[in-house]
Parts: sequence; structure tokens; C-alpha cells
Amino acid sequence: MSMAILIRLAMLALLAVFLVQPEVFAPFFALFTTRGAPPIYVQSDLLSLALNHMAIVVTAVLGATVIAVGLAVLVTRPNWSEFLPLSRALANIGQTFPPIAVLALAVPAMGFGNGPTLVALFLYGLLPIFENTMTGLSNLPPTVQEAARGMGMSDRQRLWQVELPLAMPVILGGVRLSTVIAISTATIGSTVAARTLGEVIIAGLLSNNIAFILQGGLVVGAIAVLVHDGFVALERRMSRRAGQG
Amino acid sequence: MIELQSLTKIYDGVTVVDDVSLTINSGEIATIVGTSGSGKTTLLRMINRLVQPSSGRILIDGEETSSIPAYELRRRIGYAIQGHGLFPHRSVGRNIGTVPRLLGWKQARIAARVDELLDLFGLEPGEFRDRMPHELSGGQQQRVGVARALAAGPNILLMDEPFGALDPIIRAKAQDDLLAIQRRIGTTIVLVTHDMNEAISLGHNIAVMDQGRLLQFAPPADIIARPGTPFVEALIGSEDRPFRMLALQRVRDLIEKGPASGPAIDAWANARAAYAELLWSGREAAPVQEGGAPVGRITRAALQSQAEKPV
Ligand SMILES: Nc1ncnc2c1ncn2[C@@H]1O[C@H](COP(=O)(O)OP(=O)(O)OP(=O)(O)O)[C@@H](O)[C@H]1O
Ligand SMILES: [Mg+2]
Repeated sequence: MSMAILIRLAMLALLAVFLVQPEVFAPFFALFTTRGAPPIYVQSDLLSLALNHMAIVVTAVLGATVIAVGLAVLVTRPNWSEFLPLSRALANIGQTFPPIAVLALAVPAMGFGNGPTLVALFLYGLLPIFENTMTGLSNLPPTVQEAARGMGMSDRQRLWQVELPLAMPVILGGVRLSTVIAISTATIGSTVAARTLGEVIIAGLLSNNIAFILQGGLVVGAIAVLVHDGFVALERRMSRRAGQG
Repeated sequence: MIELQSLTKIYDGVTVVDDVSLTINSGEIATIVGTSGSGKTTLLRMINRLVQPSSGRILIDGEETSSIPAYELRRRIGYAIQGHGLFPHRSVGRNIGTVPRLLGWKQARIAARVDELLDLFGLEPGEFRDRMPHELSGGQQQRVGVARALAAGPNILLMDEPFGALDPIIRAKAQDDLLAIQRRIGTTIVLVTHDMNEAISLGHNIAVMDQGRLLQFAPPADIIARPGTPFVEALIGSEDRPFRMLALQRVRDLIEKGPASGPAIDAWANARAAYAELLWSGREAAPVQEGGAPVGRITRAALQSQAEKPV
């Protein structure tokens, strides 16, 4: 087993222990507290916060993937190419409109809770997936596509059997970007009462407790790094299998 | 039988295939030769409708191809693409099984067919079936590309410079293999090539293209002896003509009775190789053997008479 994998495993183990038994780390976080403030956030269960955090992320990214990949597939079909500028503009707006503003706008419509965060992450996640899918689908080896047509594959068969599988590593790269961004951005959802790990950080801000801010940040960071590396490993395996690695 | 009738393809006002008509008989090999950009690939692709003709008709066994849905037509015609075009994300076995799978064959039948073809192309099934294309040499990829084109047993095989990427030795072997396979299964083949030697040694008929026009469509001996235009003549090369004529013949057709000494020549060798051997060894005649048994002799005089321009 390589060093890199060992480090990841150690990180995963630390993360798991912290989420289940945070008190174990009390001596460490006590270093950052003053005047006997609590070193560990105990107002809610960290594990359930983390799970809810990830559930919001996964739902939003899944939704963004379906829509963004669907759009990219659509506008790379010959008869639909005129919709490319429009789709690109939509995805761009999703990315450039600040998530915090989306939250502010969504709360009056959807109320407090998970909903506004879900929408903000969904919109924010569209662009990387859309652009990567576009890149993946427009840079397929021409001889391979020609062969697929020459073998007598229908348009649909070509899409599912050749184009999407070949573009998959690049598409996954987009999903990875969106996921990692969503994991960290989800923290701001706590400002509108979504149950995410942002709650720990905000509690730290409100009570001036650096230990809380630190543990919230570290947990989110660790999850993001692990998810990122998982995606990279998957992408590598796929490209290597297709001889592109 | 493939009939091309007045086929024309125009791209943005440029005519890249210009009023080409020719007929290829069943079970024969037609080679298309010409300089780069002369329209060979375009002509070939019109046969399986990867390119839609601007005008003209294509009949296969009397049936007009435009009346058949394109994907269905293509499943009936094998296509070995320029630069093999294997699916990089699929194993060799899955690549070869592509068309049978599209046709809905049973798994067991596809697997048996894949192994049969791997055997036919000299690739040990157990070793190669599950490899990925990038784990093969260029020559092996090429063979898998041809095997894939043959998988569903098409009556027609279109090949676009199938041996372009191969070194001369592998290339000669691949050509021999193709001829042997073609004789065995009787497929009609249309093969595009840059290489006049390849066109001559493989084709029953050779189509010479230049700037979109078909200059000549004739058997190799005719093309060599009576080139239709200066371009065709230049393509053949006047200094090579006698030797190209010789290369078309087998020693076994030129055997005579009489004595000869020295190492024997195989009856199936081509006349050009036999002539080279006689020149090199300084002999006027050499014994000929077939299957190890002596069957007569071959003389320089007999070979020379074959190298002359036919009347
Ligand atoms: N889709 C296309 N659109 C416009 N022009 C094309 C297209 N396909 C081919 N051409 C042009 O048609 C001409 C013939 O091309 P084709 O590919 O048939 O040549 P070729 O004889 O196969 O050449 P090569 O030996 O280099 O493969 C070329 O000038 C090429 O630029
Ligand atoms: Mg070509």
C-alpha cells in the first residue's frame, strides 16, 4: 500500500472518530479556548450534522449533473447546436450569481431550512459540469465516432455506448469540482437554518470560540479532500482503462 | 455485386467525387488508388452512406442503397476505417462483437464468433480477448479492426488504407492473410490504398482516381500494359512496368520440361521473385518444386517474355 493511500486512510479514521466521539479530541481543541470555554461543540450531534450536510451536497450535485449533462448532450446534437449560447449563458449565471444572494432570494419563497441551500448549491454546480461535459463530448477521437457510425450504431446507441463512456473521465472531473465547491459552500446554509456543519463555525463566530471554528473548518476540509481524492482515483482508473492515462 | 452509377459528391461547391461509375462483381476485390485528396475515402464512404452522395445511385445486388435505413445498411457492410478506430474503452472481444451485439445475437454465439475471428487473424483468443486496444501493437490493432469489420459475416467489406500504419514485412503478411481470408469466405472487398504495389497485388480490378475523377477501372495487367492516361502511367512508373507485370504471375503457370541445377524455386512464388533469383544466382534456369516434389524448371527466357508489353 502506498504512502498516499495510508495518509488518506489515517485521515478518514481521524474524521470518523471525531464525528462519533468528538470528546476524544477535547485536549487538543482546549489549546484554542480561553477562560474555560467548551473545547468541543456539543449543541448538536456532529455525525448527524455531517450526514445532513452531505445529503444536501449529494442531492444538489446529482440534480446539477442530470441537468448539466442533459443540456450538454442536447446542444452537442446537430439539430440543437443553436441552443448552445443560451445553455452556456444559463450555466454561467448559475455560477456568477453569489450563493449567499441566492439564499437571500430563496428564503422568502421557500422558507428557512434545507431548501434554499439546495437551490444555491444546485445553481452553483451547473457550470463546471456543463463545461466539462461539453469538452468531453466535443473532443472525442473522430475515427472512433466514424467507426461507431460505420458499424451501424443509431444516434442513441452512439451516445450511450461510445460518446458518454469516452467522455466520462472529463465529465467526472466537472462533477468533482462541483462537489468540492458544494461541500465548502454548504456551510453558509446554516445562516438560513439548513442543518450543515456551518452551524459549528457560526457557533464559534457568535461565541468567539476559535476551537469551534477550527473543528468545523477541519471537518469540512477533511471531507472535501477525501471526496476530491476519491474522484481523482476514479477518473484515473477510467482513463487508464481506455489507454488515455 | 456493387454498382456505382454516376456518383458525385460536392462539398461547398467543390466537386470531390466527379461522376464515378463502376461495377464490382461479387467475391472480387476492387482496389481504389490515387494521390492524397483524390476522393478515395469519400467514394468509399458513399457506399455505406457515411457520406450522402450529391447525385448518382448505388446498387447492392440490384437493390438501391438509399431505400435501406442507413444504420441497417451499415450493419450489413463491414467497414475497416483508416487508422483502425477501435473503441478505446472496450476490450478486444467487445470491439469485435460490436455489430453482432447491435444485431441482437445471443451472448454465446457472439463469444464463439469472437474467438473464431481471433483465431483466423492469428491472435490467441485466451490471450487477446480481454485486452484493451491500447495494449496491442499497431499491427494487432489493425487486425482487430478488420476482424471487427468481418464479425457479422458481411458480404461486403470496405477497407480504408487498412495496412497504412504497418511496416513492410508485417504489411506483406497482412496482405497475404487478407487474400487467404477473402478466398475462404468469398467477401466482396473494396480497398482504398495509396500504394500502387498494394493495389496491384490485391485487386482483381484497380480504380485509379485523380481529383475526384475515375481515370481507369481495369484489371492490373491492363492498367500496367495500357495505362489510360499519363497520370495512370506516371503512377505505375515506366521503369517498374516489366517487373509489375512479372509480379502478377505465378511460377507454376510458366513451368517447362528440361534440366536445371541449383536450389529449387517454389511453384507458388511470383514470377518477379523467380526472375530476381535467376539474375542473382547467374543461372539461366532453375528447378521448380511444388509441395517438395520436382515439377519441372523455369527459365529466364520464359520469364522475360512475360515481362514484355502484351500485344
Ligand atoms: N466533410 C468534408 N467537407 C469538406 N470537404 C471535404 C470533406 N471530406 C473530404 N473533403 C475534401 O474532399 C477531398 C477528398 O477527400 P478524401 O478524404 O476523399 O481524399 P482521399 O483520397 O481519401 O485522401 P487520403 O489519401 O489523404 O486519405 C479533399 O480535398 C478533402 O479536403
Ligand atoms: Mg482517405
